[in-house]
Amino acid sequence: MDIHEYQAKEILARFGVPVPRGGLAYSPEQAGYRARELGGNAWVVKAQIHSGGRGAAGGVKLCRSADEVHAFAATLFGKQLVTKQTDANGKGVYRVWVENASDIAQELYLGFVLDRKSERIMIVASAHGGIEIEDLAESDPDSLRRMTIDPAVGLTEFQARELAFALGLKGGQIAQMVTTLRACYRAYRDLDAVMVEINPLVITGSGDLVALDAKMSFDTNAMFRQSAIAELRDRSQEDPRESTAGDHGLSYVGLDGDIGCIINGAGLAMATMDMIKLAGGEPANFLDIGGGASPERVVRAFRTVLTDSNVSVVLVNIFAGINRCDWVAQGVVQAYQEVGLTIPVIVRLAGTNVEEGKAIIDNSGLPLISADTLAEAAAAAVSARNASVANKAA
Amino acid sequence: MAILITENTRVIVQGMSGRIGSFHAADMIRYGTNVVGGVTPGKGGETHLDRPLFNTVREAVEATGAEASLVFVPPPFAADAIMEAADAGIRTAVCVTDGIPSQDMMRLKRFLKRYPADRKLRLVGPNCAGIISPGRGFMGIMPPHIYMQGRVGIVGRSGTLGYEAASQMKALGIGVSTSVGIGGDPVNGSSFRDILELFEADPETDAVMMIGEIGGPQEAEAAAYARDHMRKPVVAYIAGLSAPKGRKMGHAGAIVSAFGESAQEKVEILAAAGITVAPNPSAMGETMAMVLAQRKVA
Repeated sequence: MDIHEYQAKEILARFGVPVPRGGLAYSPEQAGYRARELGGNAWVVKAQIHSGGRGAAGGVKLCRSADEVHAFAATLFGKQLVTKQTDANGKGVYRVWVENASDIAQELYLGFVLDRKSERIMIVASAHGGIEIEDLAESDPDSLRRMTIDPAVGLTEFQARELAFALGLKGGQIAQMVTTLRACYRAYRDLDAVMVEINPLVITGSGDLVALDAKMSFDTNAMFRQSAIAELRDRSQEDPRESTAGDHGLSYVGLDGDIGCIINGAGLAMATMDMIKLAGGEPANFLDIGGGASPERVVRAFRTVLTDSNVSVVLVNIFAGINRCDWVAQGVVQAYQEVGLTIPVIVRLAGTNVEEGKAIIDNSGLPLISADTLAEAAAAAVSARNASVANKAA
Repeated sequence: MAILITENTRVIVQGMSGRIGSFHAADMIRYGTNVVGGVTPGKGGETHLDRPLFNTVREAVEATGAEASLVFVPPPFAADAIMEAADAGIRTAVCVTDGIPSQDMMRLKRFLKRYPADRKLRLVGPNCAGIISPGRGFMGIMPPHIYMQGRVGIVGRSGTLGYEAASQMKALGIGVSTSVGIGGDPVNGSSFRDILELFEADPETDAVMMIGEIGGPQEAEAAAYARDHMRKPVVAYIAGLSAPKGRKMGHAGAIVSAFGESAQEKVEILAAAGITVAPNPSAMGETMAMVLAQRKVA
């Protein structure tokens, strides 16, 4: 789960990371007011969306007067900001952060991630920050310093010092860096983060460290014990289809194709998408109905898939272990009747209660297309899709 | 002797008296698995499914000599339940639970390192379908009837894709020695490499079907291991060729976030290590048949 930059800065500041003074605005008027309230003669106005690359997309500007802050904020509110990390629709700007501009002498990169190889939290840092880590890894890989943290003892002072010296910091910056690193680690650990990134962490003209940008992402599996973090969820930044599906116990990811997919198990769902592609089609979505799916959940899966108007055929592929083919089949029949389906539906059932499931499909009197294997199902879906496209053209 | 579980393995179920634990424990007993008891704190002394219940894993181990445990415990308490099993001397734990926080898994894996090799717990999962040695016993949630007994090992992240492989092989008359689901989480117990090592040493396994997916470094580690240390052939399939970058595909761990983690890159790494990669998920069975036939000729 992602949160906004300003929220990450507030959290990290609480743990001891130095951040610029700033304030949040929900309107252009409020943004101008924030600038006056903060004082000074230069402010950075930043659109708050769950995406990086905001600067290049026109979501960040250095302003020299409160009027300029107001005017720039007015162009941001309600806008769909498209960055290179968002899709073509972009993400809506409903909050704007105004902060005192910092005097930048050097930009560092600092990230905390879950390293799947060591299965520990890893610090990644570079003395050459300010650009995306992916680009940094490509353009300047030798500048990257990595360090893993033993969960039994946490980040030690000596490790933090070693890293500070390795980044070329001097004098009082060493102690500031140690404080910043330990604060980030504690925030990561105590709040069940999966990622903390400060990019850039700047050295100001007077030689102090300040977190100019901050990003945090959290482990959704840990939200049961992180209620304060769970409250920071911002649905305006999510694909509404994906969040609604999630509310109903379905794992859904919207894609660009037109063959809707309803599958059990993440691996089988990915494999079915691969198979559709090989058969010459394009999947419209990833959807895992999970285990023990009731007929109602199957109906919900149909409704979710059909919210995508591109979908011209639906492929149901179930290999039941803790699922039951008869329940899934009932769900398919119910969906056909309740949703008023007019597009072709291909059903492949295997595993637990497969005979009962197939009987329900075959005896339903509905124009459902049955398939026995994964390959057959994908081929049938693609040919049904092609036929329906040809029909529409004719 | 297959790997990890046979008809003789003494199995307990942590969370056996719960609704889901109860359902699957009953299925395991019907199949002939040697389930010797269950653990539910507060229900010690009762019986369930004609098996004794214990308050702690330690009591269960002392009373039954249990060697293996299937963990059906909700996410907030699952890591603790696995640590309890490790401390009580259980040697193999299978955890089906989906949704364990990754930091719990990190701490758990660190905890497991405190035990010497001769009493260390081997964890399979979490977020997996479990393990089955067809005809002998299983610990997990798979439909056991789809597996035919035989001499090919299966190891995969995804449960349902493992079923798919087993049923494709069965249709071609190829049976399974043991099938192991290692689960879809970013931090998990046994890796592909760990399970390949067991299959390589198992006299009843001739070849291994390995089913990977996008995300994480484990397929690449397994490829290096197979190239350098295995005599038995490995056939692989990697799911997610059509998955977009940076999106989580159902499994918490199924996300491409680093170099070498996409399906295409993994296929190239595996092929370069001499592993035969099935061109599509419908061809897992026939690719294994082809490799086995070549083996016979050679």
